[in-house]
Amino acid sequence: MANQTCISQGGACRTSQFWGLLAVGGLVVLGALYAFFTLEHHGHVLTGMNNQIVWGLPHVFAVFLIVAASGVLNVASIGSVFGKSLYKARAPLSGMLALAMLAGGLAVLVLDLGRPDRLIVAMTHYNFKSIFAWNMIFYNGFFAIVGLYLVTLMTRSLKQWSTPVGFAAFLWRLGLTTATGSIFGFIVARAGYNSALMAPMFIIMSFAYGLAVFLLVQTAMYWWNDLQLDERILVRMKNLLAVFIAASLYFTIVFHLTNLYFAKQWAFERFILLEGGTYTTLFWVGQVLIGYLIPLALLFSPGSRQSVTTVMLAALLAILGGLAQMYVTIIGGQAFPMDMFPGRVVSSSFFDGVVAQYSPSMYEWLLGMGGIGIAFLGTTVAVRVFKFMPQDDFAALEADKK
Amino acid sequence: MSQPMQHSPQQEQRRDFLKAGTLVAGMTLGPGVLFYGIAHSRAPEEAASSAKRYGMLIDASKCGDGCSDCVTACNTENGLSGKTGPQDTQYIRKLNIKDLRTNHVQELPMLCQHCENPPCVDVCPTGASMKRADGIVLVDRHICIGCRYCMMACPYKARSFVHEPLTDQNPEVPRGKGCVESCTFCVQRVDRDETPACVEACNAKGHQAMVFGDLKDPNSAISQALASHASTEVRADLGLNAGVRYQGI
Repeated sequence: MANQTCISQGGACRTSQFWGLLAVGGLVVLGALYAFFTLEHHGHVLTGMNNQIVWGLPHVFAVFLIVAASGVLNVASIGSVFGKSLYKARAPLSGMLALAMLAGGLAVLVLDLGRPDRLIVAMTHYNFKSIFAWNMIFYNGFFAIVGLYLVTLMTRSLKQWSTPVGFAAFLWRLGLTTATGSIFGFIVARAGYNSALMAPMFIIMSFAYGLAVFLLVQTAMYWWNDLQLDERILVRMKNLLAVFIAASLYFTIVFHLTNLYFAKQWAFERFILLEGGTYTTLFWVGQVLIGYLIPLALLFSPGSRQSVTTVMLAALLAILGGLAQMYVTIIGGQAFPMDMFPGRVVSSSFFDGVVAQYSPSMYEWLLGMGGIGIAFLGTTVAVRVFKFMPQDDFAALEADKK
Repeated sequence: MSQPMQHSPQQEQRRDFLKAGTLVAGMTLGPGVLFYGIAHSRAPEEAASSAKRYGMLIDASKCGDGCSDCVTACNTENGLSGKTGPQDTQYIRKLNIKDLRTNHVQELPMLCQHCENPPCVDVCPTGASMKRADGIVLVDRHICIGCRYCMMACPYKARSFVHEPLTDQNPEVPRGKGCVESCTFCVQRVDRDETPACVEACNAKGHQAMVFGDLKDPNSAISQALASHASTEVRADLGLNAGVRYQGI
């Protein structure tokens, strides 16, 4: 048994730890299944979601995982499309992580549906004017294209196909994240969405979230195999993460500056930036401080060149900041009341004109965490049975530099 | 050689009687059949016609202070509980609107605006959110997957999600846990040539604040009222061409 679970493992086998990881991931997924079956039976009445906040915490996790999934593939794209050997060596791990995270994110979306039993309907009835329907096509296509990409990367005889297929995967992922951002960008009704910036902003954020996840997983794999990541690689990857985080901060600033210039958007900006309570705190402390400023300071600190720990802390904070960003974008955007009658105060029995209240229930936490659990389980098994450990060619790395 | 057949006077009389009878019967029934063809309510198997577009005109100045008969009638007709918690369904609700500059307060009912270009229909991934040929916006309960994207997209907050299992439903208005729903203009009544329950209740109360009818028929009460008085759409800036118009706001 021990040998069977030790496939493709060069260094220490650590079978019991492997089973431990599976047990942890399995428990988290079981929790999500429990939440799913409970909600399926009793309905969404057990969640904190309501007719005002229709997308809640599960969507925060789901959209984060989907966006990060497309972003984590960026590592492979830099290798295959832009020919960087440092990233080429990491392309298989990048592709596998992209599939595992997309599976986790999609599972949460599906398990949260009011009628998850009608998934087949979603697969057979398409309204091509709906950006949500396009997302479904992009998600399914992503599995196919990235799956094929992995085959070309990991099969010696098909290696020459990895560049064109990798290029197709790169274009597809840009389309996917554009579509995911546009789920919000195309909503004309609400002040918090309704912006063409959503698509490019989601793409740049996906670069940051994806690379942060990649760095964490890569470090865990090196640690598991008692290996040390070469300093040159660490420096290049941490600098890239810093660029992506800075670019995310830039897009966030432009998004809010644009709103601040439009008088009709002032009330929304006042809500997010000043008076929104949880949303204001999550924006300034979660998204900006924890997600952008502290990671940037860590990544540019003098000690970070040699310190894997510093870089990993920055990556972890970028991920937490990303979750905060999704919470502010998705739930904050719904909590702010719609302005049906500009210049007038509206009230009703249906919570018009007031900030919607939302407090996620245990079931929503379980569902959301289940998405991470699925991605974690998929990754753990995949790195155990396939060779995803990056194999660096240091001569090529030096050649790249020149 | 046979003789040509001679008709007896009795036979001639009978023939004349039949001719006259047929003529009278035709003249009696013909117009009825003709008018029936024009004016009858749709047969169940007949598709809704784009020759019509149903709409509603709401005069806020006639909407009664504190009156909620339209809401009650809607709840009764559609089998809604009438509860007003954050997870409860409301097809129609009364809005209180206060002008920030003048402090002028008004009331008006808000419901699905049955837009010509409905965002809920645009965003629905499966096509469950749909607009009938006669302009009534509905949710097909058979293919709604409960994703709630239409609720994100509706500028009027007109839609509700069924959060828990339902009992004691009105058989004419099937609803279901996990699906999204909204005002249907009481489509089951409209198909019988009746007006929506809210309009009927408003008229019964004597407020006459709501007029329902065919916007494409220049002789309908709603078309004539729209032609003679200024009206407005809520969020006209979105260009949705709402089927519900308001006066007096």
